[in-house]
Amino acid sequence: MTDMTMQSTALGPTSAEKFRQRVLPFVLFGLVLAIIPFFGPSRTTMTLLNHIGINIVFALAYNMLLGRAGLLSFGHAVYLGLAGYFCVHILNWIDAADGGFWGNLPVFSLPIWGFAMGALAGAVIGWPSCRRAGTAFAMISLGVAELMAAAAFMFDSLFGGEMGISGDRMSGPEFLGMSLGPLDEVYWFVAFWTFVGVVAMFMFTRTPLGKLSEATRDNPERVQFIGYDPTRVRYLVFIFSAAFAGMAGGMAAVQDEIFTPESMSLIPSGAILIAAYVGGIRYFSGPIMGAILMTWMSSNLSDYTVGWLLYLGLMFITVVMFVPDGIAGLVFGFWNGIRSPNRSHLMAKWAQQAVGVALMIVSIIVIVEVAFRWSEGYGEVFEPWGMELPHDGVITWLLAIVPLALGVALLRRVARKSEEV
Amino acid sequence: METIVFSLLNGTIYGLLLFMLSSGLTLIFSMMGVLNFAHASFYMLGAYFAYTIMGVTNFWLALFLAPILAGVIGMGVEKWGLRKVHANGHVAELLFTFGLAYLIDEIVKIIWGRVSVNYQVPDSLNFTLFTIYGSDYPAYRIFILFVAIFMLVSLWYLLKKTRVGLIIQAALSHPHMVGHLGHNVPLVFMGVFGAGCALAGLAGVIGGNYFITDPAMAVQMGPIVFVVVVVGGLGSLEGAFIAAMLIGLLQTSAVSVNASFADIFGFLGLSATSEVGSITISSLAPMLPFLLLVLILIVKPTGLMGDREV
Repeated sequence: MTDMTMQSTALGPTSAEKFRQRVLPFVLFGLVLAIIPFFGPSRTTMTLLNHIGINIVFALAYNMLLGRAGLLSFGHAVYLGLAGYFCVHILNWIDAADGGFWGNLPVFSLPIWGFAMGALAGAVIGWPSCRRAGTAFAMISLGVAELMAAAAFMFDSLFGGEMGISGDRMSGPEFLGMSLGPLDEVYWFVAFWTFVGVVAMFMFTRTPLGKLSEATRDNPERVQFIGYDPTRVRYLVFIFSAAFAGMAGGMAAVQDEIFTPESMSLIPSGAILIAAYVGGIRYFSGPIMGAILMTWMSSNLSDYTVGWLLYLGLMFITVVMFVPDGIAGLVFGFWNGIRSPNRSHLMAKWAQQAVGVALMIVSIIVIVEVAFRWSEGYGEVFEPWGMELPHDGVITWLLAIVPLALGVALLRRVARKSEEV
Repeated sequence: METIVFSLLNGTIYGLLLFMLSSGLTLIFSMMGVLNFAHASFYMLGAYFAYTIMGVTNFWLALFLAPILAGVIGMGVEKWGLRKVHANGHVAELLFTFGLAYLIDEIVKIIWGRVSVNYQVPDSLNFTLFTIYGSDYPAYRIFILFVAIFMLVSLWYLLKKTRVGLIIQAALSHPHMVGHLGHNVPLVFMGVFGAGCALAGLAGVIGGNYFITDPAMAVQMGPIVFVVVVVGGLGSLEGAFIAAMLIGLLQTSAVSVNASFADIFGFLGLSATSEVGSITISSLAPMLPFLLLVLILIVKPTGLMGDREV
């Protein structure tokens, strides 16, 4: 018995390792957040960064359910939406108040109110839905999302109908000398709350409840055997997840100053699901990477191509089929690979795979872009780097087929080889 | 009386269309445990295929070919997509079909454009069949009724009276045992998936010109089909049938009710000008299926007729 105990203490991480794994990443994250404004980003970049921050918190909150607790939700935007609406109402109360409680409330504290509202909504809606896991939970979340989105269009005084409701973030007393009017002050606001949210959600994974939620995901029966109630664990995790989603809602209320019923519909729920999954639900940092990539894609890629949703769908399916650990899995796999003894062998394999994927991407881009231009029928021609690719040109067809075939052949060869080894 | 008759007729037609869509999904869901998110996308594909085929030849060929095309695509999806993802568990499968729905939406937009296409009822069916209460009743709706009933009877015959049906029924509840008996279960899965998609395609062929054929039709129909399957119960075509008719009738009759909350709860002092009082029953119609879904899952998780939990 003593031997066992001694062994397990010896196996535990040293304090240096603890610092490296649990403190250092967050110090670096905070430093990055603090340094960004000194590069003098433009207004569009600033808005993009603010949205990235909001989505990071939202994606991490979502992953508390999907990745940690194993609960697939199709309606998590409901909690962000409800909390966001509540916060826009608070903005208006602050604006209308003449002193008193609302008059003295700084707008800076809105994410806390969003957090509370999200927790409340999660506690009410989660009570019936968390009694079931798996597909039933997914279906209930879908039903609830449809119900809420439909109800939002009905109660105009609460949700403002199709126009939504808007507020003014500059109202109320200043906090730390910030009026929250200029965009860079909003950046500091979002950065602060993103940092708080990320750290709090990481700390949550270290709590007994956070550990239990993972146990409930893997084996609810055994959790019951050791004396915990899986339903209760799911319910509590659900409340926390909804609360952090609500916090993101409070941040969004200040950044955008408007909420519409669409923010509770299935579309943003699906988007955050894709973001978290593409980022990698098995890693804490996965949803952060996913949120950054998705937000960037949705705001920038749509300028370059009308087919960006198609690329998004293709990327999502590729991740589900071939890279179930997501971007984070790739990043950490690469990091571990270059430090492993047979790194030259691995590097050769990855290089071949990368070439194969790149070849396929060339073909897919050519096919999609030419197809979109052909379908719109304006006679526009896809011209990458001055090269004309009409839909009936020989070069177009060669570019659409040859790299794709080469890429598939190369990937299959690599897969066969690694099977033999 | 007039309203009731019309609601019953239209509700039955809508319910039968819903059943045609959800029968395939029920079979797929019970057998493979996959709630196919892209099922309504095959409904959309059926409608678009029919539109294209009808442009080249005629409606009757489209009625025959479009479901087959949808079914073949469904088989391909099962063979090269779902089967690979299966190793990663049910959540991965569900997410795969979720992504597939996105993809099919976008591809449909590329091929057929972003606005609705002019998919019309064929001339040979575009006449008034009878007149009740002074309103003309189009023959096409009765045609839908007949196609749906024909499909219902053939499906019932296939499942209950043939050997193939026997194997499918066995594979619904005990896929491993069926495999041990020497049947090719992956092939059965692929066949059922294809057949389910073909049924959805058929629903698209006859529903696409009854409603509208546009890239949003999958998104509108999809969630309602899930509701039918879950409310009906896992592994139960009878349950799916009851649920489909229930939702069809419920939604159609709710649309035709003009009363508002104030009319019903007026005795409690709810005024017609207040926000809650002014909500009409007809505006609640799109919400009803989801309300039913949430209630059923909470009260009776196995669904109306199912024997297993979802």
